[in-house]
Amino acid sequence: MTILVIAEHSNDELKADTHKVVQAASSIGGDIHLLVAGQNCGNAATAAATITGVTKVLVADASAYGHQLAENVSALVAEIGKDYSHIMAAATTTGKNMLPRVAALLDVAQLSDVIAIESADTFVRPVYAGNAIATVQSADAIKVLTVRGSAFAAAAEGNNAPIATLDIVKDLQVSTFIGEELTKSARPELTAAKVIISGGRGMQNGENFAMLNGIADKLNAAIGASRAAVDAGFVPNDMQVGQTGKIVAPDLYIAVGISGAIQHLAGMKDSKVIVAINKDSDAPIFQVADYGLVADLFTVLPELEQQL
Amino acid sequence: MKILVPVKRVIDYNVKVRVKADQTGVDLANVKMALNPFCEIAVEEAVRLKEAGVATEVVAVSIGAKAVQEQLRTALALGADRAIHLETELNLDSLQVAKLLAKLVEAEQPQLVILGKQAIDSDNNQTGQMLAALTGMGQGTFASKVAVNGDKVQVTREIDGGLQTIELTLPAVVSTDLRLNEPRYASLPNIMKAKKKPLDVQAADGLGVNLSSKVTTLKVTAPATRQGGVIVESVAELVEKLKHEAKVI
Repeated sequence: MTILVIAEHSNDELKADTHKVVQAASSIGGDIHLLVAGQNCGNAATAAATITGVTKVLVADASAYGHQLAENVSALVAEIGKDYSHIMAAATTTGKNMLPRVAALLDVAQLSDVIAIESADTFVRPVYAGNAIATVQSADAIKVLTVRGSAFAAAAEGNNAPIATLDIVKDLQVSTFIGEELTKSARPELTAAKVIISGGRGMQNGENFAMLNGIADKLNAAIGASRAAVDAGFVPNDMQVGQTGKIVAPDLYIAVGISGAIQHLAGMKDSKVIVAINKDSDAPIFQVADYGLVADLFTVLPELEQQL
Repeated sequence: MKILVPVKRVIDYNVKVRVKADQTGVDLANVKMALNPFCEIAVEEAVRLKEAGVATEVVAVSIGAKAVQEQLRTALALGADRAIHLETELNLDSLQVAKLLAKLVEAEQPQLVILGKQAIDSDNNQTGQMLAALTGMGQGTFASKVAVNGDKVQVTREIDGGLQTIELTLPAVVSTDLRLNEPRYASLPNIMKAKKKPLDVQAADGLGVNLSSKVTTLKVTAPATRQGGVIVESVAELVEKLKHEAKVI
């Protein structure tokens, strides 16, 4: 049994989600091959070889894979994937874009957002925005899964796995990368941060989100937002925590001016400690919060920043 | 240009989900059902493309028991021109759905397929990508902007790090994210008109697709519930508790 893991990376850097998928793969057992498909992705491949549990790194370096276009990378994965027992990737926008395509090309099902592995063919995944938890068994020859990073620890580093080059270029020529606007931030990424402070509709506008900066600096926290705040245009979409945004499970989650809609709770209710600050004492967020403070956020935030 | 919009009937997003006591699934008896929110956005986008003169026909399709015709009528009331119901009593996985849709794509030859990125029941986020794979089309998933230009479509995608724009050669598949548009409400006259629009029913098992799945649901359980904690009176008390009780700062 050999498992193929698709690395999440930016050519230059390997993303922390990769370590988590490798950890999940390790719990199934067998050899683990880690595929780094990209363009000028040597640095990511070198980093991949250090992850504990990886038996071999496969590198496919071509312009067709430079921006992780699903059409091209999926064709590559489907071609090399036939001989594996499992194909796994992180349940990120990259993994979710790619793996269903891989599964269809291999004529097998895909299981999304796996949060626990019971055995080599039995997996646990949330449905209905996490309001129900399904245990599913797959009889497919190849199990194709995306793995929710927040549910697994990160595999350690210190390995020195061999790196093999794949000379396969798949360029379907049906899609072209035009450009991207990536949010630049010195703060930790939402899915990797130990502390997250998120704002909701109660923040009233985008400018007020700056009130979270000082607190985030003191706690080395990432800043998130509810769907309501993103829909209202206060902040960009990549800050959204929830069922259709990012799923997070930090040690401390501070929800500011967030009512606690089901779809937001789906994205953060596995956090270790939840703090809710809201002036509406009936807000559903208080039902999941370990510590609630019923108060106006505009008086609380400056005070909190000062006292930390 | 013809646009195909696959839609799904799901539990209404406002309904509190209850897991059945026998752990076989979620209780859907006497529960309000609705058009999946992402599908509604897909219908809206297709109708807007028609209103802008880019598309000439919008065809909605749904797969399932007879009840899905209710959601197809909703799509027609929102502006779709006609509907196709692929009838089956089976609970299909994304792969089987994608295979059926691929057959329809072959028959209907749409230039664009627009569908929701995920259904709020299974939360799979797979069908669009699978359909694109089976038909060899390019895919623009999690779209927040769609611009058709000649035989190409530019799709701006919501990705983890921000936004990405790609260009696809038509025909192509686009899956919708939340910020693509704000769907309209169906007006009463349009709801009445929708009743007269054509709705073609075909047996799903007559399309030559193997509808059996290799995935079995062993059980469905309720998630661990989180207990509400304490209400603190002041910021000072909060900071004190986070430092000394929870020990997270």
